[in-house]
Amino acid sequence: MRLWCRNGRRDSLTLEGRVLAPAQGIDDCLRITVENGLVARLEPAPATRLVLAPAFVDPHVHLRTPGREDEETLASGSTAAAAGGYCAILAMPNTDPVVDSAVVLEGLARRAAEDAIVPIGFMAAISRGERGEELTDMAELADSGAAAFTDDGQPVVSAGLMRRALQYGALTGRPLAAHCEDPTLSRNGHAHEGPVATELGLGPYPSLAESLMVERDLMLAESEERPLHLMHLSARESVEALRSAQARGVQATGEVTPHHLCLTDEAVRTLDPNVKMNPPLRGADDRRALLEGLLDGTIAAVATDHAPHARHEKDVPFEEAPFGVTGLETAFAALYTRLVLQGLVPLETLLERMSSGPARIFGLEEPRIEVGAPANIAVLDLESEWEVTEAGFRSRSANSWLLGATLRGRVVKTIADGRVVFES
Amino acid sequence: MPERFERRHLLSIRDLAREDVERILESARGYEASAADRVKRSTLQGRTVVNLFYESSTRTLTSFELAAKRLSAETTSIRASGSSVDKGESLRDTAETLDAYDPDVIVVRHPLAGAPAIVARSMRAHVVNAGDGKHQHPTQALLDLYTMLDALGRLEDVHVAIVGDVLHSRVARSLLQALELVGARTTVVGPPTLVPRGMETLGCEVSTDIAAIAAADVIYVLRMQRERMAAGEAFIPSLREYTALYGITPARVRAGQLVLHPGPMNRGIEIDPRVADSANALVAAQVRAGLVVRMAVLTDLVTLSRPARADALVELA
Repeated sequence: MRLWCRNGRRDSLTLEGRVLAPAQGIDDCLRITVENGLVARLEPAPATRLVLAPAFVDPHVHLRTPGREDEETLASGSTAAAAGGYCAILAMPNTDPVVDSAVVLEGLARRAAEDAIVPIGFMAAISRGERGEELTDMAELADSGAAAFTDDGQPVVSAGLMRRALQYGALTGRPLAAHCEDPTLSRNGHAHEGPVATELGLGPYPSLAESLMVERDLMLAESEERPLHLMHLSARESVEALRSAQARGVQATGEVTPHHLCLTDEAVRTLDPNVKMNPPLRGADDRRALLEGLLDGTIAAVATDHAPHARHEKDVPFEEAPFGVTGLETAFAALYTRLVLQGLVPLETLLERMSSGPARIFGLEEPRIEVGAPANIAVLDLESEWEVTEAGFRSRSANSWLLGATLRGRVVKTIADGRVVFES
Repeated sequence: MPERFERRHLLSIRDLAREDVERILESARGYEASAADRVKRSTLQGRTVVNLFYESSTRTLTSFELAAKRLSAETTSIRASGSSVDKGESLRDTAETLDAYDPDVIVVRHPLAGAPAIVARSMRAHVVNAGDGKHQHPTQALLDLYTMLDALGRLEDVHVAIVGDVLHSRVARSLLQALELVGARTTVVGPPTLVPRGMETLGCEVSTDIAAIAAADVIYVLRMQRERMAAGEAFIPSLREYTALYGITPARVRAGQLVLHPGPMNRGIEIDPRVADSANALVAAQVRAGLVVRMAVLTDLVTLSRPARADALVELA
């Protein structure tokens, strides 16, 4: 696999603050000297109000390119990522055209090499056109640098095709990432099946639509002895299934979004299309299970599922609105404010699940703060309070569930692959 | 005279407190005489009421049009077929266009939940929800309360059984909330696939056995909404079986029980024609109640709630 980013001079600078790198066991006040993009020295230093953490890795973003450059481009999406403290992001292949051939992937790679502010990796589709019928040329796509394979946005409905993809995918050495949804159960679904959808009269999207597919895909992965990554988990039953599969030795991993960790379907009572996403926000039990999964490591990664949508397409009645919300620029602050400050998740765990956790799943180089390593650092001001406004986004879209919210904790500088890519 | 209140719209029964419901029903009673004599009231003289209907409707649209006219308001109705997307213009743009005419009230019906709320956010007018998706139909619930109160003399502790396709029914959702507000008891009866999960959280009992209607004072029959059932997604095996299990036949109605139906009725499916035409059925009374209740709702919003235009001026300043 490869990541692509525009070229530029590696920077030299010094940073002082509390270095918090949980995966390396560091929690110390240090001065980090970066020379030509590499960490050159780590020395004791006085405390400042800043936390210096390994920069974040987002394994699940939609950059809408090619096809919907009005919603996001490689440049705007990676700029948003830089503002969110990310040093690497993985883009989904459900674009127009779908990333299902080496030609499309190589075209994107060339553009990323010109435009990407933060290194971008590209996932390729499992099936041609994400139609769920024929496999893509997976080996060729892997040779061209595909980070992983997924039909995200669509489930692989056919168990037979999913099994073939797992089998044939062994040639690629890349994991399969599954969007788990049984469309016969989610059909016409707009909100989690439960009291809120019942009261509002919204088409129900039951947990089973996800967990049934999670169980199926885990059984397939177990039988084929192949790694499988479960994307954007939302239901308690899915977390339980993943935990028990891991205990049996299945090479299965999972990710969860900031919105599923922070909200429940109660938020849907506003009928605000910016709380409509797939999978939907679920009940309080589900949210608790996701938090437990994140804490015990069953779920090793936070993924934003950053899904930009044009304003005029979201500014419609709830049931007409497309699924998806943006997240790159708010993920850390949202999770710090709503989980860490609430005492639900330790800061160390959050930082690990946003950085080395996702990097390990996809075989990316783990961002580390150690002498000789490339500088991938998020500089965080945990005292800073800020309001989420439409005008404040670098993304081309502003369909955030946090519009109007006041958050604590701010990314003030991001260093990705030795370059300062964001500074507030 | 009650004080002016902050509420500007009627989007959901949840917007109302018990005293609001009681005031509207009482005010509707006052309009009975003028309805009977066909005397126009001058209450809304010089006011404009626009009906914006994105879904076909006979009784609700007619009822709102007549209510506005009986109150001397200027009224016009816009029928838009299909969704806002099919029409090419977004709901928000349509609302902003209508806002330029400075109407006092806009009555919205739309096939999707939350559409009236979007209109309310884009306009200075008072918005009345005349039915949005499977979400709410508050004036229907109010006219049903009026009909029951008229027939029974009370609403407190009245037992209402709502029968049929609850899943797809905005009428059922609004009515359950309204009945809870006035202290009535409710039971929902229908096939398991047409009663959504968690229905009990709306304060009702739930049964799949039609025998559960026997103890009720009122049987409220829902329309079997075939148009909501897309091909390949049958919630019941057949209408024949539905009618056998849940159809309201003379044998299932005891003397003195009232039968209500929001219309339009599918005779022979959810309701036997003999029941529909019996003295137990109050369907025509519901239609008459619709007129006076909507007169009361329009009057209530325009004369008691925060004035729409002055409010807009404050916001601009």
